[in-house]
Amino acid sequence: MRRFGTVFLVLFLGVVLAGCAATKKKGGEVEVEDATISDTTDAASTDAASSGISSEDTTAGEIIAISEDSTDLDDPLGQRVIYFDFDSSNLTPEAQRVVEAHAQYLAGNPGMAVVLEGHADERGTREYNLALGEHRANTVNEILQGLGVAPDAIRTISYGEERPVSMGQDESAWSLNRRVEILY
Amino acid sequence: MRRIVAGMLLALSAGCVVLLPTSAFAALTIEITQGEGSGTPIAAVPFRWHGDTEPPEDIRAIIAADLHRSGRFDLLPAADFLSKPSEITEVRYKDWRLIKAEALVIGRVIEKGPDQFEVSFQLLDVYRERIKVGLRFSVSAAQLRQVAHQISDRIFYEMTGVRGAFDTRIAYVTMNQQDNGDRLYRLMVADSDGHDPQQILQTTNLPVLSPAWSPNGEWLAYVSFSNATSGANIWLQDINSGNRRTIAQVEGAASAPAWSPDGKWLALTISAKGNTDIYVLQVASGDIRQLTRHPAIDTEPAWSPDGRHLVFTSDRSGRPQIYRIGRNGGEVERLTRGGKENARASYDPSGKRLVMVTNRGTGAGYQIGVFSLASGEMELLTDGTLDESPTFSPNGAMILYATRLGRDGVLAAVSADGRVRQILKMHDGEVREPAWAASR
Repeated sequence: MRRFGTVFLVLFLGVVLAGCAATKKKGGEVEVEDATISDTTDAASTDAASSGISSEDTTAGEIIAISEDSTDLDDPLGQRVIYFDFDSSNLTPEAQRVVEAHAQYLAGNPGMAVVLEGHADERGTREYNLALGEHRANTVNEILQGLGVAPDAIRTISYGEERPVSMGQDESAWSLNRRVEILY
Repeated sequence: MRRIVAGMLLALSAGCVVLLPTSAFAALTIEITQGEGSGTPIAAVPFRWHGDTEPPEDIRAIIAADLHRSGRFDLLPAADFLSKPSEITEVRYKDWRLIKAEALVIGRVIEKGPDQFEVSFQLLDVYRERIKVGLRFSVSAAQLRQVAHQISDRIFYEMTGVRGAFDTRIAYVTMNQQDNGDRLYRLMVADSDGHDPQQILQTTNLPVLSPAWSPNGEWLAYVSFSNATSGANIWLQDINSGNRRTIAQVEGAASAPAWSPDGKWLALTISAKGNTDIYVLQVASGDIRQLTRHPAIDTEPAWSPDGRHLVFTSDRSGRPQIYRIGRNGGEVERLTRGGKENARASYDPSGKRLVMVTNRGTGAGYQIGVFSLASGEMELLTDGTLDESPTFSPNGAMILYATRLGRDGVLAAVSADGRVRQILKMHDGEVREPAWAASR
């Protein structure tokens, strides 16, 4: 690739303006935030209005779920992330064991509900990966149901490649991102 | 010049303490990374300015950048010009033959009154010594950039026989990771050269992807999420009013919207009960019909320009490949056979070529390729490892796509012949998911 020349057409602006508060909206624009898993939903949106966009922390729920994983690695019920091979929705024997433990727990605790969150690594197109995450979540869903978990105790959702846990661009990062998270 | 405009904007923003995130422009800069000197040699003389203050825009610079970006022209350096005419009576054709210009662009900008400008230009054939086209515009300062793009469009058409696509808009998504881990997504609309970015949607931790322009350029369909527990859904947003709605409630996750050429239908993907298929939805009525029925993943539909077919990605043969189906369903035909994976195909305006993401299976990852429907041959246009989301310009002359520059997600544009490439990058954060509007 030959460097031909550089033309700067637009200069900065973003940073200065981004910190400002939202008091009024221009015609063609919409603002949405995911505050559903935050336990301070109302406070978060008020904060956003008065002190800027970056004040919300809405991922607390997920962070707790992941940190619980490390508490007991030998207990399959303590493992709440299932990992997959590239472009595959099939479970490894180890993953199968983990899912079965959750099935047993859920079947024995009617009233408990679970969200299965499917994810993909960044390779392949975004829309294909959205579907792949859906298929991965559904694979886990079918096993749970096959082992007696009530269908209405399970919800599936896919984020495709949009919510990686590891930002690297190699197999070690990708293998962590190809996953289904079991969220109670 | 430009520094003055930027300085004014900065002064304006600094004075306004309560600022709207709506005016938080995510700035894109364009960097031409690759260009070959085999286009038509053309000379564009700086437009003569008749006015009291400084000219609000450098019309010649905008035109020159447009023409260069297309890959079809070689802009001769102004330093080589032997004269600087702005009117036909001042042109000595010999001066231009000497520097081997085939065409000459001259023009002027006259300040007629407060915020009132007259722009005129002429495109001259140097060898035949005659005017190919001349136009005059009366505009405000805010319209000067658009006029420059319209002049570029006219020059492109006169020189190539293909209509220009400079006076068009693009949409794209930006993502900024905040210090607290939040991911801030913005759906942006800008001129085709990245100028004048407008934010039309902002979400926190709710991904935004797959923006798709309605054929009339008034609506964007895109995929996002309502909250952390409901799946992907498709929104339709009027980009002028900001009004938006989700498509008729479907069971399961909806994604990958694609407008039919007449704007009356949306093709989309619905994932329900572990199955992912292509559907078509009548926008006005919300009526929905299933098009593909296969246990594999079928997604990323795109309409042929005549509206009679759709292409889509399916992994029914193992890996993702491109297939075609009639708009009313029927037999599914596999189109791509070469390469390990092919995905996210869309037609060029002629309907003869598809642009897509391809993995040739050589370990080089994902590039953008153009596939000829007649020959079945694929031509690789890019050399990245994670190139994705290609979108043709409305005239088929350029392809905009998402790529990586180091660890950053940036947009890149490549001429359809692969000769000229440029990067559009943000000051900060990732840019992705470009979509080129069919009309302004």
